[in-house]
Amino acid sequence: MDFGLTDDQREIQRTARELLAERARPERVREHAETGRTDERLWSELCELGWPGIAVSEEHGGQGLGRVELSILCEELGRAVAPVPFMGSVLAATLIEHSGSQSQQERWLGDLASGTSIGAIGLARNGTAELVIGAPDAQVVVLVEGEQARVLAVEEVEVTPLASIDPTRTAARVSAPAGAGETLDGDSAAGVDRAIVAVASELVGVCDRALEMTVAYVKERKQFGVPVGSYQAVSHRCAQMLLDTEKARSTAAFAAWTADADPERLAEAAAMAKAAASDAGREVTASAIQAHGGIGFTWEADVHWLYKRAQLDAALLGGAKSHRARLAAILARRAGSPVG
Amino acid sequence: MDLTFSEQETAFRGELRGWLAENPPAPEPSEGGEDEGREGTHFFWRRDWQRRLYDAGWAAPSWPTEYGGRGASLTESAIYFEELGRARVPMAANVLGLLLGGPTLMVWGTQEQKDRYLAPILSAEEIWCQGFSEPDAGSDLAALKTRAVKDGEEWVVTGQKVWTSGAQYSKWCMLVARTDGEVAKHKGLTYFLMDMEQDAVQVRPLRQITGEAEFNELFIEEARIPDANVVGGVGNGWKVALTTLMNERAGLGFALQIRLRQLLDDLIAIAAERGLLEDALYADALAELHVRCESIRLLAWKGLTDVEKYGQPGPEGSLVKWLWSDTNQRLTQLAADVIGPQALTAGTSWSYELLRARGNTLEGGTTEVLKNIVAERVLGLPRLKATA
Repeated sequence: MDFGLTDDQREIQRTARELLAERARPERVREHAETGRTDERLWSELCELGWPGIAVSEEHGGQGLGRVELSILCEELGRAVAPVPFMGSVLAATLIEHSGSQSQQERWLGDLASGTSIGAIGLARNGTAELVIGAPDAQVVVLVEGEQARVLAVEEVEVTPLASIDPTRTAARVSAPAGAGETLDGDSAAGVDRAIVAVASELVGVCDRALEMTVAYVKERKQFGVPVGSYQAVSHRCAQMLLDTEKARSTAAFAAWTADADPERLAEAAAMAKAAASDAGREVTASAIQAHGGIGFTWEADVHWLYKRAQLDAALLGGAKSHRARLAAILARRAGSPVG
Repeated sequence: MDLTFSEQETAFRGELRGWLAENPPAPEPSEGGEDEGREGTHFFWRRDWQRRLYDAGWAAPSWPTEYGGRGASLTESAIYFEELGRARVPMAANVLGLLLGGPTLMVWGTQEQKDRYLAPILSAEEIWCQGFSEPDAGSDLAALKTRAVKDGEEWVVTGQKVWTSGAQYSKWCMLVARTDGEVAKHKGLTYFLMDMEQDAVQVRPLRQITGEAEFNELFIEEARIPDANVVGGVGNGWKVALTTLMNERAGLGFALQIRLRQLLDDLIAIAAERGLLEDALYADALAELHVRCESIRLLAWKGLTDVEKYGQPGPEGSLVKWLWSDTNQRLTQLAADVIGPQALTAGTSWSYELLRARGNTLEGGTTEVLKNIVAERVLGLPRLKATA
C-alpha cells in the first residue's frame, strides 16, 4: 500500500510544473484569454514533448503510460490554467482508445497522440452538444449521447464557435446530423469514466493553485497592523480550502489508480472523484476570491481565471449532483446484493 | 501509487479474520439497572474480551515482540483495526494503555518502567487512564495548573483533571503536572504515572449529554508519586505528552473511521429497504456521506503510509479527524430523517449515536483547534498573538 508517486511520476510532475511555471505565466495566460486564442507556441511545445499521447498505447503512437501519469499532467495544466486544447484532445483519445474498435483506434489515435490532430468531446442531446471545450481547434469530435458515443471528423459536424465563461479555452456548439460519423463499438462507460477522472484531476490542480495564491496573499496583506491571514475568520477559511482540496485529491488519485489497476471499481471511483472535485473546485476558487478581498474581484488579480476554469470543469461531463445520483444507484445495487 | 496489500499483509489479515470468526466475544450484557452498574458490566465485558485477545496474542500486534506484541507494521496495525471493526467486536478495555500509554513508555520509559508496566497493560490486569485536560486547560493544555512538588524521593501532587475516561477502573494515570512555575508554560511540565489506588485521588463521574458517564473528574489532594514514576525526565512533560497525543490520532483515528463506515452501511441498507435511495434528496445526501467516508479512508491510509515512508505523519491526521467528526454528526442526523422519529426513542442505538456524535468535534482536539493546526503548521499562516 503506497499512496505516493513513483520516482518516474514525480519526475513527470516536477518537469511539467517547471515548464508551465516558465511558459504559462499569469500574464501570458491573461494575454491569450483576453483575445480568446489558444497558446499555439505552448501547445506545439507540449506536443513535441508527447504530452497529448502520454496515456495512449505505444501501439498507437503514444507513450503508453497510465491514467495516473495523465492525471499528473491534467493537474499541472489546471494549476497553470494553460490556454491549450489539451483536455479535449486527451478526452477524445481516451474515448476512442477505451470505447472504440481497433480500426477506429488506428484511424484516430496516432494523430491525437502526436498532436497532429486536436480532439474534443461533448455530451449531446438530439445530436447537439451546446458547449464543447476546444471544438474550434478540433479535427475530431466525440459526441456522447446516453449510452452511445460516436466519433466524427470535423467535416461531418457543424461547429459554431462561442465564448464560454472560461476564456482560457476555446469553445463551440457542435451539431451532428443523425447517422453521421461512426459509433464507438465498445462500452462507452469505460472511456467516459476515464475522461471524468481526467477532468477531476484538472480541478485538483485548479484548487491547489487557488489555495497557494490565497495563502501567499493573506500572509502579505495587512489590515489593522497584522497580516489578514492571522485572523481565524480568514485562516479557518484557508484550512477549509485545504480540506476540500485533499478530499478531491484523494478521491481523484484513487480513481486514476483504479482505471489502470482495478477497473471494476472505476465507475464508483470516477463518480466519487468528480463529485468531490466539482464541489471543491467551486468552493475553493470562490473562497480564493473572497480571501483576496476586493482585489480578488478585479481582472488584474488573476484569481478569476481559476474560478472560471473551475466553474466550467465542475459542470463538464456531469456536475457533482449527477455523479452523486450515479453513486446512489451503485449503492442501491450493492445494498440489494447479498455480498457484504 | 499501489493500493494493494502485500502477500504478508494479506496473510496477516487472513489469520486474524480466521481467529475472529472462531473466537467471537461473549454476547453484550443486557442493558438495564443503575447507570453505574450498567457501565461497570459493560466495562468488565470489554476486559474479558481483551483477555481473550491477549491469550491469543492479538491484544496489541503493533507492539514489539519483546513486549508481547507481534511487531506488526503500521499497515498491518491498520488492517488489525479494520478487521476488528468488520467483526464488530467491542473495544479492548485498556484501549488507552494499549494505544497511548504503552507506546509512550516504549519511547520515553526507562528499562525498569518498561519491564514493570507493559505486560499488565497488555493483559488488562492494570487499566490506564489519561490525566491531561483540566477545567481551565483544555485546548490550551500547557496552561495546566495541577502542581507536583518534590518531597524527598516522592512528588506530592494537588490539582484537578477532567475528561478522564475509565478512571474508576484504572490502576495508573498518565498525569501531566507542573513541576516548575518559574519557566515558560511548556517547559515547567513533567509526565508521571500516578497510582489511582490512593485516597488522595477522588473520582467523580461526569454525566454527559447521552446520560452515561464515560468520563470523570479527578480531584487530587496531595497524592504521592514516587520519583521512579517520572517518565522522560523532570521538565520534559510537554514532549512526552505530545508522543501520547500523536499516538491518539494515529491509532484511534483508524479505528474510528471504520466505525463510521459501519454506521453508514447500516443506514444505506435501511434507506434501500425503504426505497429512499430512489428519492433524489436522500440519494444525494447518502452519496455525499459515502464520498466523505471513502475520502476519510483514503486520507487515513495515506497518513499511515507517509509515516511508514517518511517517518512522520503528514497533515492528514488533523484533516481526517476534522472530516470524520463532521461526517459522523451529519450521518447520525440524516439517520433520524431516514428512519423517522422512532430513531429517537430513548435507548435506541441511533439516538445514542446522534447524541454521542456531538462530542466528536470536541474530544481529541476541537475542530477549531484542528483548523488552527492546519492553518499554522500545514499552510504556514501567521498565528494571531494571544492577549494573555
